[in-house]
Amino acid sequence: MSSESATTSQKSRKKEVLESVVIRFAGDSGDGVQITGQQFTTTTATLGNDLSTFPDYPAEIRAPAGTLAGVSGYQIQFSSGDIHTPGDRPDVLVAFNPAALMANLKELPSNSIIIANTDSFEALDLKKANCKSNPLEDGTLGAYQVYKVPITTLTLKALESVELPHKDKERCKNFFALGILYYLYSRPLETTLSWFQEKFGKKDPKLVEANSLALKAGYSYGEACELFHSQYVVPPAKYAPGTYRNISGNEAIALGLVTACKLAGRPLFYGSYPITPASDVLHELARHKNFGVITFQAEDEIAAVTAAIGASYAGAVGVTGTSGPGLALKSEGINLAVMTETPLVIVDVQRGGPSTGLPTKTEQADLLQAVFGRNSESPICVLAAATPADCFATAMESVRLATKYMCPVMLLSDGYLANGAEPWLIPKAEDLPKIEVKFHTDPKNFAPYARDEVTLARPWAIPGTPGLEHRVGGLEKSHIHGNVSHDPENHDFMCRMRAAKIQRIVQDVPAQSVEGPEDAPLLLVSWGSTYGSIRAAREAAYHRGIKVAHAHLRYINPFPANLGAILRRAKRVVVPELNLGQLLFLLRAKFLVDARGINKVQGRPFKVTELVSTIEQEAKTL
Amino acid sequence: MSPSTPLGAPMPQTTPKYTKKDFQTEQEVRWCPGCGDYSILNAVQQVFPQLGIPREKFVVVSGIGCSSRFPYYVNTFGFHSIHGRAPAIASGVKLANPELSVWIATGDGDGLSIGGNHLLHTLRRNTDVKILLFNNRIYGLTKGQYSPTSEMGKINKSAPFGTVEQPVNPISVALAAEATWVGRSVGVYPKHLIDTVKRMALHKGSAFLEIYQNCNVFNNGAFDSFTDKEVRDDANVVLEHGKPLVFGKNRDKGIRASGLKPEVVTLGQNGVTEKDLLVHDETSQSLSFLLSRLEPPEFPVPIGVFRAVSMPTLEQRVADQIQAARKKLGEGDLEKLFRSGDVWTVK
Repeated sequence: MSSESATTSQKSRKKEVLESVVIRFAGDSGDGVQITGQQFTTTTATLGNDLSTFPDYPAEIRAPAGTLAGVSGYQIQFSSGDIHTPGDRPDVLVAFNPAALMANLKELPSNSIIIANTDSFEALDLKKANCKSNPLEDGTLGAYQVYKVPITTLTLKALESVELPHKDKERCKNFFALGILYYLYSRPLETTLSWFQEKFGKKDPKLVEANSLALKAGYSYGEACELFHSQYVVPPAKYAPGTYRNISGNEAIALGLVTACKLAGRPLFYGSYPITPASDVLHELARHKNFGVITFQAEDEIAAVTAAIGASYAGAVGVTGTSGPGLALKSEGINLAVMTETPLVIVDVQRGGPSTGLPTKTEQADLLQAVFGRNSESPICVLAAATPADCFATAMESVRLATKYMCPVMLLSDGYLANGAEPWLIPKAEDLPKIEVKFHTDPKNFAPYARDEVTLARPWAIPGTPGLEHRVGGLEKSHIHGNVSHDPENHDFMCRMRAAKIQRIVQDVPAQSVEGPEDAPLLLVSWGSTYGSIRAAREAAYHRGIKVAHAHLRYINPFPANLGAILRRAKRVVVPELNLGQLLFLLRAKFLVDARGINKVQGRPFKVTELVSTIEQEAKTL
Repeated sequence: MSPSTPLGAPMPQTTPKYTKKDFQTEQEVRWCPGCGDYSILNAVQQVFPQLGIPREKFVVVSGIGCSSRFPYYVNTFGFHSIHGRAPAIASGVKLANPELSVWIATGDGDGLSIGGNHLLHTLRRNTDVKILLFNNRIYGLTKGQYSPTSEMGKINKSAPFGTVEQPVNPISVALAAEATWVGRSVGVYPKHLIDTVKRMALHKGSAFLEIYQNCNVFNNGAFDSFTDKEVRDDANVVLEHGKPLVFGKNRDKGIRASGLKPEVVTLGQNGVTEKDLLVHDETSQSLSFLLSRLEPPEFPVPIGVFRAVSMPTLEQRVADQIQAARKKLGEGDLEKLFRSGDVWTVK
């Protein structure tokens, strides 16, 4: 399947070099949109492009077919340069039905490419999508380059010789579409062809044949069809040398946890109750039992966190994962870990809220819940991952701090990081930092609430250790001895002690770095998954002559020691967040800085363009 | 036996000889004088030294309530946790270190109301934890509200006109939840209690013991009608595996099944002999369930072991899966893990 086999007319077709392209696949949630997008991503990754993806699917598993509610999307930006987001607007929309077209149309810039499956634009399809007339015919798409392809018909034709039920053949149409895109963007077929073998080989070789034929037919169609004026090339990006793989945020969290526990020499115990968008962490960890990982699908969120506390108490690394509504249920459990000073990692993959909210959409609105959302004085460490690949390092850091300081650590991710993916430079295992875990074993003068001078951590004295029998629990404990104590001075002391211990973590927090000019009057401060879009926006604004810097936080409690100084040297601090101003609230309270927010709660990430224009406005008023 | 636990704690070569005293703490016991909890504490402190388990390998976990103060008074590892969650915490402890002997002290409110969900699932998983449910049919620590086991119509602080709720039967619940060991004893029968706790300790798997425990402050005499010395022989039937269900001061009464309905009969009357009586079978779930439904005044209250069957435990199944995975895939290797999926190299 190389261009050598092309006919004369194709040979004369020009090959246009592009720096970056954004493609969005859209269709029914049953159309295989996610799989198609993932295959395009894998192939593109192996070509060495930088890339970033954004799957966006409905909350329903199978919403009524063909309706706007059922539209599933998958967006990828790939590039020969350095990119940080899946792209603001698609250059190409592959629409499997009218609903997919109409749901995405307002995001399409004019002159972008639309590839539509004309077979699914019949009267009934149009009715389901609330179209009064056919948008492919009625002039709606005048501003775009529209390619009308009878994808289903062509797929069935290509599969004439295959003995499969009609329905199964129809289901191969997404790979016909993928074939067209592989041709248009000069991608090889091999990765996807061998994936067919891996996926369907054992189940039914006919499915391998059918899907392969559909993919190749799509490619040939692109090659032979006069419709397409150009073929495009996106050269490989310049990467640091090394071995890479594509990784999603959820996968990276799972791998980070496994790695940290392996390095610590402790078994990983992951207690979780299925919840979107965190479940994939459970799925991924359940596959790695050969690392001694124990996954416990608990009866509810409360059992998930308390079982993890029990496991930590007994010497494993207890981790629980959830999303916002589940985190609310875990509050009392987390406080038990605060009070008993037991290591615990809580992974919160945030989604739109409040209540059930927008289960499949992204949001950053659990920050204050993470920092404060428990009864009484309840200090815990809070970290946030910046990109899908960064979830790996942040998960490792969570385990390190939880075991070193004997405390709960909240790791914040979100739906965008969880399902989005990017290339990850695979670390060498031997280069990873060791995580030292020490159990107390000496019964001489043992006191369960004695403290390490540096970390203020109490000893980790696990059951099974002779001479260390003692009792812990949720009632207030006396300093050093750990007996139940209702003494007023002791309670005051212990509340301050627990806070001081979390504050001591600052000695393990690297100095906050700032991207952009140090003397910039305008400073953007952010956390979590907005890193990519804010970085891209800052670079764009900078190129337009705006002096703007950017500090992106991984450590939210405690803040890095130099954060106050960084904030004070800027003339204006602006905090873009996918909430109504939560980090903003913390920064204003903690540093008395008159910061301003850029806030959005649409269940979607920031667009680079919208950030750039806000930065420009801010710069103008300085 | 391996020289150290899987978690690295050194293990003594031989288990020391213990007495009850070794399992007492210096803590002043804070239950009300005359509370039924004392006899349960005594039973556990009598049984633990007899089990041949090093003291440091016991973990007692509790939730919230009077019963849940229990861990403070037993000189082992102890975890006084939050309301209702002891079974979940204990499950984490046992899965992380299966060599520990894990016990749960809970009450009718802690175990069956706020923590009912955890009880159900811990039992069905057959996690090897021992659950002591102190049933006093009242909320004691919050001073006298009705509990899920309070009888219908009971007048109390939160139901001054009497409760309007059907109580739950803890034994039936445990059996329905697939517990592999289910028993009942009574705080004021110290010997029976000690024997039953000991049998429970020897069971491998989820074990659930309901203990009728008198709250002399908020629900005094709740069980007198069938536990008083004068009436208990006629009002209890002691379950013994393989033996007919005979009871009564004169051992002349029995339980017979008429079709699927149990009935009380008198031996020697109408030609009834022991051969006509139900014979207890701890392995029969349907018989155990039938027995769990026997309630006064029509029937004597059954005490003893309702069900005892041997099944693989949760922690065993988990360990087996880990072992199988290691056999198939090899011991976890980070380099391999990182490189799973499609990788590419940039030079």
